[in-house]
Amino acid sequence: MGGPIVELRDVVKAYGVTRAVDHLSLEIRQGEFFSILGPSGSGKTTLLRLLAGFERPDRGEVWIEGRLMQEVPPNLRPVNLVFQHYALFPHLTVFGNVAFGLEMRGVSRHEIVSRVAAALEMVRLTGKQERTPTQLSGGEQQRVALARALVNRPAVVLLDEPLGALDQQLRQEMQVELKGIQERVGLTFICVTHHQGEALTMSDRVAVMDQGRALQVGSPREVYDRPASTFVANFIGISNFLTGSVDSVHGARCTIRVPNLPEIVARHRGGIGEGGRVSLALRPERLHLSREADLNGFDNAVPARVAKAIYGGHEMQYQLRLSDDVLWTARVPNDGTVERRFALDETVFVRWNADEGAILVE
Amino acid sequence: MTKRRGWLLGLSLGNLLFLYLPIAVLAVFSFNASSMTAQWQGMTLHWYRVMAEDAALLTALQNSLLVALVSTAIATVLGVSAAVSLERSPFRGHRAIEGALLLPLVIPEVMMGVALLLFFVIVKVPLSLVTVTIAHTAFNLPLVLVIVRARLRRLDPRLEEAARDLGATPWQAFRRVTLPLLKPAIVGAVLMAFTVSLDDFVVTFFTAGPGATTLPLKVYSMIKTGVSPEINALSAVLVLISMALIAWSLMFQRTQRRMYPFGH
Repeated sequence: MGGPIVELRDVVKAYGVTRAVDHLSLEIRQGEFFSILGPSGSGKTTLLRLLAGFERPDRGEVWIEGRLMQEVPPNLRPVNLVFQHYALFPHLTVFGNVAFGLEMRGVSRHEIVSRVAAALEMVRLTGKQERTPTQLSGGEQQRVALARALVNRPAVVLLDEPLGALDQQLRQEMQVELKGIQERVGLTFICVTHHQGEALTMSDRVAVMDQGRALQVGSPREVYDRPASTFVANFIGISNFLTGSVDSVHGARCTIRVPNLPEIVARHRGGIGEGGRVSLALRPERLHLSREADLNGFDNAVPARVAKAIYGGHEMQYQLRLSDDVLWTARVPNDGTVERRFALDETVFVRWNADEGAILVE
Repeated sequence: MTKRRGWLLGLSLGNLLFLYLPIAVLAVFSFNASSMTAQWQGMTLHWYRVMAEDAALLTALQNSLLVALVSTAIATVLGVSAAVSLERSPFRGHRAIEGALLLPLVIPEVMMGVALLLFFVIVKVPLSLVTVTIAHTAFNLPLVLVIVRARLRRLDPRLEEAARDLGATPWQAFRRVTLPLLKPAIVGAVLMAFTVSLDDFVVTFFTAGPGATTLPLKVYSMIKTGVSPEINALSAVLVLISMALIAWSLMFQRTQRRMYPFGH
């Protein structure tokens, strides 16, 4: 990993009045697997198209490998895009598809044959060279699309929802495989996805995007454990929030006062002051439920009423009413013990450590 | 269910008879030994020999083929470029232009013939095979445009983008990706246009000058002097050629569907 290979400087791209990309600045480092995570319509596909050269920014600059891309057409950019639904050429064989980029650049026939073979081996498609795309399964088509990009050894490989069309199981296998391939070829991958699990599994760094802006950029762990805003927290799968005011701050810890609930102890990372409005975001799987009111080593124990109990096989999902306007979700692994099952309307105590969760300044 | 099937089958058979019985009768009577059209007097290939030795008829056939070939070629080049530019880079007013281009498909042929005749007279172009070819190009162009455009519309624009992304210039992307994918539609359009041109009577009638007789015009003039079984033979041959060309054209359009079964 090294310096930035892709740099976006204050890029704006609007369609009509909607800004698909809104004053976005990003740096992507050489050799990293960078994911852009966001809901549909957040501008992530537009961002890829700006990098590939199919769109031009209204404002701002796109730099790739230290070159300003403003006037560079798609065919002369050192990037290759893996399209969302692959966009394989239906009239060409697997070989013809993968060889296309090399042929366009006038690589010798001899070299084409060996490079295509190597690329197909990398994606485990050896022996399927003469098939046409319609004779391949979805997973195989996806691999051809990947090989077609990799074979050109571009500076950056762009992937648009690369696993979006695959079923759940294949998707999980391919996440690991894609990351493995990226590490082996050592190329920079920029991947757009709306699937948080996918982004967290594969990426070195993640940018969470909404409405054309990057809300948070960081390692998967940072984004997962320390979301920077309510939107990021929500998007990354945190469903439990408490809003209150800071009562006191002692070093890294603070207490928060929430109407109709006991005082909450939480860990903060600065930027808060006594009396300030904050939200606490907590993951459903980090909560511990008990019938006992004591802390038992935890920092917080808040009573709640079981509003719904959903059986999910490997886990139980409980909806818990903490107060009139606070409804939380807790996930409890199904370990077969009776003591961890709670009935509807039963009063339970939700316990968690101060280190869990993230304080978001409102 | 079966009752309804039987009813539908009967209706279809009736339709087929209505459409093809006259043609079948015509074909059968082309083998009639009698020179009277309506009386059967045994099998002969005589009229086919007469036809093959009729110099005027052969000239007319030559003219027809020439006109069909040239007008189809021009219409194909113009029609494909028009389809691509209308579909891929819509400019201001492209709808109006498209409407104008497609108009010949719906204008009554007689009116088109008269209009073209007037036009040639006004610009003082003497009527000849050239004017016939221009006229045929005029009605073949929208035909090619419609068929190619329909295919183009179902073509995923990302295929061209993928080609561009892989290093192709816009022309290379068209040449290596779009054109091969359009090929079935283009071949189908060519065969269709060729057939229509070969068979056209009305427009040709108005735009052909002396000496520029095409096959349909020749047949018409032969009928004026009495129906000879030679015409039956000729018609049988023409129908056969037309049907073969149409079948071929449809076959090509079907190949394209087989190539993209998911229709994206």
